[in-house]
Amino acid sequence: MEIKIIEEKNEKDTTVVEQRPEVNLWKDAFRRLLKNKMAVVGGIIIIILVLLAIFANYIAPYHFAEGNLVENYAKPGAKYMLGADFMGRDLLSRIIYGTRISLSVGLVGAITAFIIGVLYGVTSGYYGGKVDDIMMRLVDIMYGFPTLLLIILLMVLFKSTFAVTTPGTFAGTLNAIDKAFGGLFFIFIGIGLTAWLSMARIARGMALSLREKEFVEAARAEGATNLQIILRHVLPNLLGPCIVRVTLDIPYYITYEAFLSFIGLGVNPPTPSWGMMISEGYRAIRSYPHLALYPGIALAITMLAFNFLGDGLRDALDPRMK
Amino acid sequence: MINYIIRRILWAIPVLLVISLITFSLGHIIPGGPFDREKPLPKEIIANLEAYYGLDDPLWKQYTDYLWNALHGDLGPSYSSRSRTVNDIIKEHFPVSAQLGVLALIIAMVVGIPLGMVSALKQNSYIDYFCMFFALLGVSVPAMTLGPVVVWFFALKLNILPVARWGTWQQAILPAFTLGIGSAAILARLTRASMLRVIREDYIRTARSKGVSEKNVTIHHALKNALIPVVTVIGPLFAALVTGSLIVEQIFAIPGCGKYFITSVTNRDYPVILGIMLLYAVLIIVANLVVDLTYAWIDPRIKYT
Repeated sequence: MEIKIIEEKNEKDTTVVEQRPEVNLWKDAFRRLLKNKMAVVGGIIIIILVLLAIFANYIAPYHFAEGNLVENYAKPGAKYMLGADFMGRDLLSRIIYGTRISLSVGLVGAITAFIIGVLYGVTSGYYGGKVDDIMMRLVDIMYGFPTLLLIILLMVLFKSTFAVTTPGTFAGTLNAIDKAFGGLFFIFIGIGLTAWLSMARIARGMALSLREKEFVEAARAEGATNLQIILRHVLPNLLGPCIVRVTLDIPYYITYEAFLSFIGLGVNPPTPSWGMMISEGYRAIRSYPHLALYPGIALAITMLAFNFLGDGLRDALDPRMK
Repeated sequence: MINYIIRRILWAIPVLLVISLITFSLGHIIPGGPFDREKPLPKEIIANLEAYYGLDDPLWKQYTDYLWNALHGDLGPSYSSRSRTVNDIIKEHFPVSAQLGVLALIIAMVVGIPLGMVSALKQNSYIDYFCMFFALLGVSVPAMTLGPVVVWFFALKLNILPVARWGTWQQAILPAFTLGIGSAAILARLTRASMLRVIREDYIRTARSKGVSEKNVTIHHALKNALIPVVTVIGPLFAALVTGSLIVEQIFAIPGCGKYFITSVTNRDYPVILGIMLLYAVLIIVANLVVDLTYAWIDPRIKYT
């Protein structure tokens, strides 16, 4: 309820709302989004992928680790629809289970980027001055890092520092968690540590301009505290661009994981990561090209879907850009 | 302006210091040393090696020594390949990554900019939709998918290009294409958006009403201005291509810096890790500095203080 009122206040300056006062920004944006065919296609693909990930154990014909060495490199056919890999594991089942890995990396990356980035950026932009200077300097420094190299280094650090299996210790606990996630936990941390930067910059820029707006001044005049202003007036107004950014960044998080698994620093076998499947299949590309191609196609479709949706969201939330 | 440039360059110093410090510390908290072997070396030999490389000094001294030498252009010895220094390694592998980056950038510009222009000039036509769909595809298909596909199709099926490695121009085509096509898509989208913004400007209408031919308006009035944002991203794009080429280097077995970095991380070869990290950080920082300066130079409305 609170948010709705603020949105309407904000839209007063764009004059469109004056004739149709009952429409709110999010409903309006959603209506525009549904008119965008590409975005709808992207959304539908994402929903299908999510369903595949959740119900993988019902949909996939085999378990991802279940292999029959006698049938390794089996050709696509009735038994194995997309063929079997070098361990005789069904490729289709592994691709279906692989949605779990890629989507969870995308989701966790998005959530950490959103929470850390938005909080950091808003604090920096809203308070401005010295605080902003110091906080943005840190972001500048992080921006100087070659991201992929840093993530690789972090992965090696996590994997070897916490390679302790004694239960009860801090490192042992982390290691156990990582084992339970099939090696994904450290990837989450590595990606989370680097993903928030672009979000922080956007949120900071928006907060910087929002704090000069009349409605913020009005709220301040009414005696609202900084925290109230941030929560009720600044945050709701910068959600739009941040959601667009994070949707468009999800494909990057997904490729980071795929790449780490490709070079052997990602998930632990037999966890079915598309990146690892591409790397395994690539070794046999002369005789069995489909083993590298199908997981690659799955990866590309997922990225395409998020880009479709992200583009659609941007056009829907900012119709002037069209 | 001069003040601004000087301040920006000075600011790069603490950034590099912090990056080197973080990388140095990361390297030293990772367990496992460069002299670990399957069959452990005798303690005395390890002690000797450590003394030789100064690894028995306190950490702060190792770090300051490193910085001091780095400032004199010496990035130290490599632990895993004894006969070479980090300078040798960078001299050998960086040009490969840089060549790959330049080729990819050329592909990106030659494909991307015309695509974006055509799209904008024929806005909302089928050509536009086709180009933009292609661009979206280019942004979305990762090198990891595209690499195996082009290798399979061009190298194995048609047998017209080599599968991997580096040295001849034929070997450069597939990796440069794989690396560049994503950036081509980014440039196409950027050019289109910028072109669309420019052709709606008043001065374009003025030029048209003066009777300037459509071709002239497009080339002299619109294109020049539309390319401003495009030109400015080329620096960071190049930095991103070079520092991000390790995926492509890995797929095509190209002996570039990125591939060597991965090897060094496994070998715990700290000086090489630090050296490549710093080199790439300098590349990124310079690229970002160049954007801001070209902006100020091309668009005199922007003032820096």
